[in-house]
Amino acid sequence: MTTKPKKTVDPSVLKEEMLRKYPPKVARKRSKQILVNELDEQGHSQEIMSNVRTIPGIITQRGCTYAGCKGVVLGPTRDIVNITHGPIGCGFYSWLTRRNQTLPPTPESENYMPYCFSTDMGEHDIVFGGEKKLRQAVQEAFDAMNPKAIGIFSTCPVGLIGDDVHAVARDMKEKLGINVFAFSCEGYKGVSQSAGHHIANNQLFKHVIGLDDTPTEGKFKINLLGEYNIGGDAFELEELFTRCGITLVSTFSGNSSYDQFAKSHSADLNCVMCHRSINYVAEMIEKKFGAPWIKVNFIGGEATAKSLRRIAQYFGDKELIERVEAVIAEELPKVKAAAEEVLPTTEGKLAMLFVGGSRAHHYQELFHEMGMKTIAAGYEFAHRDDYEGRHVLPSVKVDADSRNIEELEVEADPARYRARKTPEELKALEDAGVEFKNYPGMMMEMESKTLIIDDINHYESEALIEKYKPAVFCAGIKEKYVVQKLGVPLKQLHNYDVGGPYAGFGGAANFYREIARLVSSKVWTYMKAPWEENPELSATYVWE
Amino acid sequence: MTLLRHTTPEIKPRKALTINPAKTCQPIGAMYAALGIRGCLPHSHGSQGCCAYHRSALTRHYKEPVMAGTSSFTEGSSVFGGQANLLQALENIFAIYEPDVVAVHTTCLSETIGDDIPQIVAKARQEGKVPDGKHVIYANTPSYVGSHVTGFANMVKGMVRGFAQKTGKKNGRVNLIPGYVEPADMAEIKHLAEALGVKSILFPDTSGVLNGPLTGQYSMFPEAGVTVDELKASGDAIGTLGLGEWASAEAARYLDSEFKVPCKILDLPIGLKATDRFVDTLRQLAGKSVPESINFERGQLVDVISDWHQYFYHKKVALAGDPDQIISLVEFLVTLDMWPVHIVTGTPGKRFEARIRELTADIPHEVNVKVEGDMFLLHQWIKQTPVDLLICNSYGKYIARDENIPLIRHGFPILDRMGHVYFPTVGYKGALRLCEKILDALLDKQDLTCPEHQVELQM
Repeated sequence: MTTKPKKTVDPSVLKEEMLRKYPPKVARKRSKQILVNELDEQGHSQEIMSNVRTIPGIITQRGCTYAGCKGVVLGPTRDIVNITHGPIGCGFYSWLTRRNQTLPPTPESENYMPYCFSTDMGEHDIVFGGEKKLRQAVQEAFDAMNPKAIGIFSTCPVGLIGDDVHAVARDMKEKLGINVFAFSCEGYKGVSQSAGHHIANNQLFKHVIGLDDTPTEGKFKINLLGEYNIGGDAFELEELFTRCGITLVSTFSGNSSYDQFAKSHSADLNCVMCHRSINYVAEMIEKKFGAPWIKVNFIGGEATAKSLRRIAQYFGDKELIERVEAVIAEELPKVKAAAEEVLPTTEGKLAMLFVGGSRAHHYQELFHEMGMKTIAAGYEFAHRDDYEGRHVLPSVKVDADSRNIEELEVEADPARYRARKTPEELKALEDAGVEFKNYPGMMMEMESKTLIIDDINHYESEALIEKYKPAVFCAGIKEKYVVQKLGVPLKQLHNYDVGGPYAGFGGAANFYREIARLVSSKVWTYMKAPWEENPELSATYVWE
Repeated sequence: MTLLRHTTPEIKPRKALTINPAKTCQPIGAMYAALGIRGCLPHSHGSQGCCAYHRSALTRHYKEPVMAGTSSFTEGSSVFGGQANLLQALENIFAIYEPDVVAVHTTCLSETIGDDIPQIVAKARQEGKVPDGKHVIYANTPSYVGSHVTGFANMVKGMVRGFAQKTGKKNGRVNLIPGYVEPADMAEIKHLAEALGVKSILFPDTSGVLNGPLTGQYSMFPEAGVTVDELKASGDAIGTLGLGEWASAEAARYLDSEFKVPCKILDLPIGLKATDRFVDTLRQLAGKSVPESINFERGQLVDVISDWHQYFYHKKVALAGDPDQIISLVEFLVTLDMWPVHIVTGTPGKRFEARIRELTADIPHEVNVKVEGDMFLLHQWIKQTPVDLLICNSYGKYIARDENIPLIRHGFPILDRMGHVYFPTVGYKGALRLCEKILDALLDKQDLTCPEHQVELQM
C-alpha cells in the first residue's frame, strides 16, 4: 500500500477533474458542495451548499428520515417499545444494527432493544388503511411487554395513505394509561437522516421531556446531548463524569431510559456532542426551562480535557474545578503516552473523513493527536452551520424540504422556567471563554487547501483515494469494502467496526491503537502474488 | 441476565404485531438478484433510505462492495410521482457509472404512488437517456407484499422478461435458476452441472461478484455474473430447472409459458435427497450419465452420516428462515434421524406448512409450524419445549445465548461469521459441511458442559 501521495495534488484541479464526468446539471450542483478550504481574514470559511437533495442516480451515503428518527435518536433508549408502522423492511433493517450498547440497571429492568416491533403492513392495509392494525398492534405490544411507553414510527407508505398515527397514539395513551406517542418520520421527508433527527427531537420535547419534576440530587447536573453510546462511548463518559463529581441527569440517547428524558429539564447545563442531531432539544430546553447549552467534544484527549474544564468553569465551583483538574492530570498523561507509542506508525500519514453530522469534524482531533493530517472531510447529512459555524444561521435559506419539518414554537414555562445564571454571570463566563449556543463548525478548524465535500458519493470517493492514496479513509459500512478493495483501510465511524469506546481519555487511546493497527496491517502487502511481482520468470524451471 | 428478557413461554395471540421478524422486504431480494448480472447496477426506485438499508444489510452479510442507485424520492416526488426522479437517475447512472444494465426495482413508496416503470423507461429511451446498446430491466417489488424471497423471484423473472429471446433454434443448454442462495452455492451448482457435462445458463450468478478477491483494484462491475447474451439465450434452452418454489418458480414458469422452454421446479439441493433429485433430474433432462466423481462425493456424505449417526439421532431442532431453505433443511434433518420440531418462516405461501407436515409425519413428537411466523413465537415454543440445536440467521444468537442452545447460522442475514460467503451448503459437498457444522455445534457444547468424568477424547 502506498501511504504517501505520489505527487502533490492540487485540490482545485482535482475538483475540476471530478466535475468533468458529470452531466451539466449535476456538475453545477456538485461544484457548490465541493470546496477547497480557504478562510477569510475573520477566520470565516466560504459558503458550502449542504442539506440539499441528493441528485437521483447518484450513489450517495445518505439514508432517510425514518433512519434518523427511529434508528439514530430513539434507537438507543432501552425501555420504550418502538413500533415501526409500515411494511416489514424498515423495522427489520433498524433492528440492532447500530451498535448502541445499553446497560439496564438490574436483570429485571426493561430492555426492548434486542426486539423489533412492526405492524408488517400488507397490501390490504395499504388499500384500506392501516390505522386499525396499528391500534391493535399497540394493544398487543402492551399485552406482551407491559412497557411504560410506546413509540410509533411512520414509514413512507403510511404518509401516502394518510394513516393518522398521532390520533392512534392519543387514543391508545388514554386507553392503556401509558405514554404513547408517534413520529411522522416517513422516509421521503427532508433530504437525509437529518430531518428525522429534527422530528425525533420535536416529539421527545412535546411528549416526554419535562414530564417528571421530581428534583434530581446532585450539585452539578448536566445532560449529555447527541451521544449515542456506539461501542460504549457513553459508558466511558458516564464514568468520567462520576469521577469528576458531575451528575449526569440524562443522555440523549446513549444508554438512556425514558425516565431520564422525562426529568432532563432539571439539569443545569446541556452539553451538546453531535450538534446536528440534537441541537433542537438543547435550544428548546433552554427556551422553556432555562438551562443553557454549550458545545462539547469528548473525542480526543485534549478535547476531552477542554470540555471537562468548560463544564467546571460553567459551574464555577472551586472543588469541582480541582477535581476535574485532578482527573485530567491523571488521565491525560496516559493518553499522551498512548499517542507517543503509535506516533512512529502514524505520523505524517493522511486521513479522510466522510461521515455523519459531527464525527467527520470531531475525529480530526484524534488524527491530529496521532500526527496525521486530515486532507479531506465532509458530512453525510449536516447543514451549513455544522460546516461554517452557527453564525451563518440567519443566512441559511429555508428551502421546501426543510419547511416541511415542523419548527416547534416554544415559550418559557411560566412555572418551571428558571434562569441558571444571571445575565451578568453569563457575560462574565463568555468573557472568560465559555461559548454558549455556539458551534464554530468544521471548516474553520481545517487547514487551507484541504477539500471539503458535502454528501460525497461513490465516484468522488474513488477519485479522492486514487489521487491522494490516504493511509486511512473513514466512512460507513456501504463504503468500507470498496475502499479496502483499493488497498486502503476504511475505519467505520458510524459503528466503529465492532470497536470502541473511542470517547473520553480511555477511548482516545483505543482509537490510536486501532488506527495504528489499520495503517500497519501486513495484509496490504499480500495483494500481489509472487508471480505477479516477477512475471518474467513464469516460463523458467527453478529447481536448482 | 437475559437478552430477550421479556419473552415468556405463555403465548398470547397476535394478529397485528410482528415481533422479531423472520423475513425482510422484497426490494433487497431484487437488489441481490440483480447483482448476479454482469455489468449491472441495481436501482432502487424509492426513498434513499431503502437503498441505504439494503446496501448496508447486503454489505454486512457479504463483507463486499454492494453498489446500487436510488431515485432519492422527496416529498414532492411522493405527491407528483417519481417519473422525473427515475429519468434523471437513468441519465446520471449511464453517464457516471457506465453500467451495461440497470435493474430497477420498486419500493412500497413508488408502488403506493403507482409509478409505471416500463412507461418511464420507454420515455427515458425516447429522450436519449438510455444509450444505445444499454439495457434497463425492472421488477415490481412492493415491500408490503411477500418478502425478500419474492423480491428475488420477481427480479429473476424481470431478467428473463427483459432479455430472453427465441430464435427458434434450441441451443442445447439448460437454464439453472439457483434460488436465493449464497455465491458459493451458485458456484457449487455450476460445479455439479459441469461434472455432469451439462451446458448450463445459471442466473442470477453472484459467485465472483459477492465473494471477490482483494487485489488492490476495484471494479464496480466485476468479470462475473450471468451475461446479457446468456440471458438472451435462456429462451432457446432445452429446459429450465428452477431450484426452490418460492425463489425460482416465477421465472422458470415464465420461460415455459412465453418461450416454450419446459421447466421443472425442484427443492433447493440442500441435503442428500434433494441433491439426489437435482442430479437425477438434470442428468435425465440433459441425457447424461452421472460420473464417478459425483457418486464418490455422494458416497462420502453417506459415509459421514453413518459414522456420526449416534450424535444426530433424535436431537431436537428449531429452525427459522426462508421457505425453500427450510423445506430442504428439514428434509435433511429427518434424513439424519434428527427431529425438527419448531419451524417458522416469515415468508407467506400456502404450500409450506403442508410440505413440512409431510416431511415430518414420522416424527413421534408434536411439530410446530408457522407460516408468516416470527422469531418471538419460535423462542416461545423453545421455552415450552427445549431443543438441542437452533438453525437460523444471526438474530438467532440472542435466543441461543438465553436458552444455552448451540446455533448454526444459516440464511439471511449472517452478520457475525464468515463461512457462508465461501463454502456452500448445497450439493453433497454442502451437505458434508452441514454435517460438520451440526456436529461441531452439538459436540462443542457437550465437551464444554458435560460432567468432567464424562469428557470423551474420542467421539
